Amino acid sequence: MKAFTYERANTPAAAVKALAARPDTKFIAGGTNLLDLMKLQIETPEHLVDINRLGLDKIEPTPEGGLRIGALVRNTDLAADSRIRRDYAVLSRALLSGASAQLRNKATTAGNLLQRTRCPYFYDTTKPCNKRDPGSGCAAIGGFTRNLAIMGTSEACIATHPSDMAVAMRVLDAVIETVAPDGTTRAIPIAEFHRLPGNTPHIETTLGPNEMITAVTLPPPLGGLHIYRKVRDRSSYAFAVVSVAAVMQKNGRNRFAFGGLAHKPWRVEEAEKKETAAAVAEAVLAGAHTTPQNAFKTLLITRVLTSIFAQAAA
Amino acid sequence: MPDEPAPSPTGGPPDDPLFFCDPTTRRVFLTRAAGASAAVTLGHGLFSGPDAQAAVQAEAGGGEAGGEEEVTLLINGRQTKLRLDPRVTLLDAMREHLQLTGSKKGCDHGQCGACTVLVEGRRINSCLSLAVMHDGDKITTIEGLGTPAAMHPMQAAFVKHDGFQCGYCTPGQICSAVGMLAEIKAGIPSHVSADLLGEMSASEEEIRERMSGNLCRCAAYSNIIAAVREVSGDKTGGEA
Repeated sequence: MKAFTYERANTPAAAVKALAARPDTKFIAGGTNLLDLMKLQIETPEHLVDINRLGLDKIEPTPEGGLRIGALVRNTDLAADSRIRRDYAVLSRALLSGASAQLRNKATTAGNLLQRTRCPYFYDTTKPCNKRDPGSGCAAIGGFTRNLAIMGTSEACIATHPSDMAVAMRVLDAVIETVAPDGTTRAIPIAEFHRLPGNTPHIETTLGPNEMITAVTLPPPLGGLHIYRKVRDRSSYAFAVVSVAAVMQKNGRNRFAFGGLAHKPWRVEEAEKKETAAAVAEAVLAGAHTTPQNAFKTLLITRVLTSIFAQAAA
Repeated sequence: MPDEPAPSPTGGPPDDPLFFCDPTTRRVFLTRAAGASAAVTLGHGLFSGPDAQAAVQAEAGGGEAGGEEEVTLLINGRQTKLRLDPRVTLLDAMREHLQLTGSKKGCDHGQCGACTVLVEGRRINSCLSLAVMHDGDKITTIEGLGTPAAMHPMQAAFVKHDGFQCGYCTPGQICSAVGMLAEIKAGIPSHVSADLLGEMSASEEEIRERMSGNLCRCAAYSNIIAAVREVSGDKTGGEA
């Protein structure tokens, strides 16, 4: 690990000031992704601001009838919250399908949104990677692509976003609240939060350089049947090959968001009007850019959707 | 396979709990051996403990950034004040600075669970947390759960059910299992819980899912499950 200096912030205002005060500063919260990457020297911050004691660890009702989840609410606590379990079960299920219990006990809501890809070439510092080292090239393209993206890819990057939680938040239309050093706040719909790689795959979100996530709000409950179906190479403690977050309604106003397909949680609202699994899959996967190694993901998505439609009809 | 167990290298019988639990003999031997080896190969003094840690870090990560930070840790009921390079993980602080070597370093990346400890009653990977982030936190390691003479029920159950072979993952498995049963008691659901709002059980299926962050290369899983099932008192979900 590269040497760094450390300070602890006690208020959100102090935290964003500390972030802006010197270059190469990063926040640390759960640390489960950042420290992993720092040990590999993929992340090399010169200064860390510990934000664990900012008090952003509550889940509160909003005036609109939704919930406001503090940025530092741990994944375990979010999944276990009785209101989340009852009214946003797809989010609880997505969280519980991710990582291990030890990691969920540390990992935070905001940190989960900001976690980096698990593309093997991003992790392999002997290989070029436009995300790790902008302009160096992409070793994944033409390499081992079985787990990589098939939607929204670019010539520069075919990495996927690894989060399960973010896929459920996308289907629920969550909104990300932020604060900047001058005190201004923003509310960013999750659809606009994660970016596609384009020519700048190292810029993964629309968060400003000195902006901090303070909360994630959920709109009022949607009702319906909540399903999170994750397909992976072993039954526990593995990232998704593909995943589907679904909210199924009797009136047919279903919602679907997809993990393991793209650089961001993937959702095509137009496709949700279709009435069969095959039709939804066809509309969602229009423009897919597959390789012989990952073309199976299109069939897998169709089959997962088929099982979800069957469960909803049962 | 001989009918009789092999004689213990410590001189005690293999069924002596100290054979499994008291690290003194082996650790003293290894420390002396490492010290002697370093003295011979490097030609200057002993090269172990915190100095070795600093040296390894400097080699791996380069020069100093900003000196040390003061941190107070409450480990196993004892308060300790340390001055640490902020790079030192909670695991390294315990192992290299406090000689609490029960928690093990396996992968050092949060994948194997050998470093699992309880912080404020919750199980975490101590390798993926900086010691300075735990100022004032109450931490319980395998050494704080029980002693060879007065074992924690989970430790006793692992011995009874042979929940290990080489034993390297065992401190993490036991701390994790203790944290896991507390999670079930608190009603926290898992990926395999059929009903998110129902009562949580410690069935075999639940234990397998909830303990998936602890790997055992000897694959003593079925015996680990038997041990955890016994301590849980849960009778649902079939035979352990």
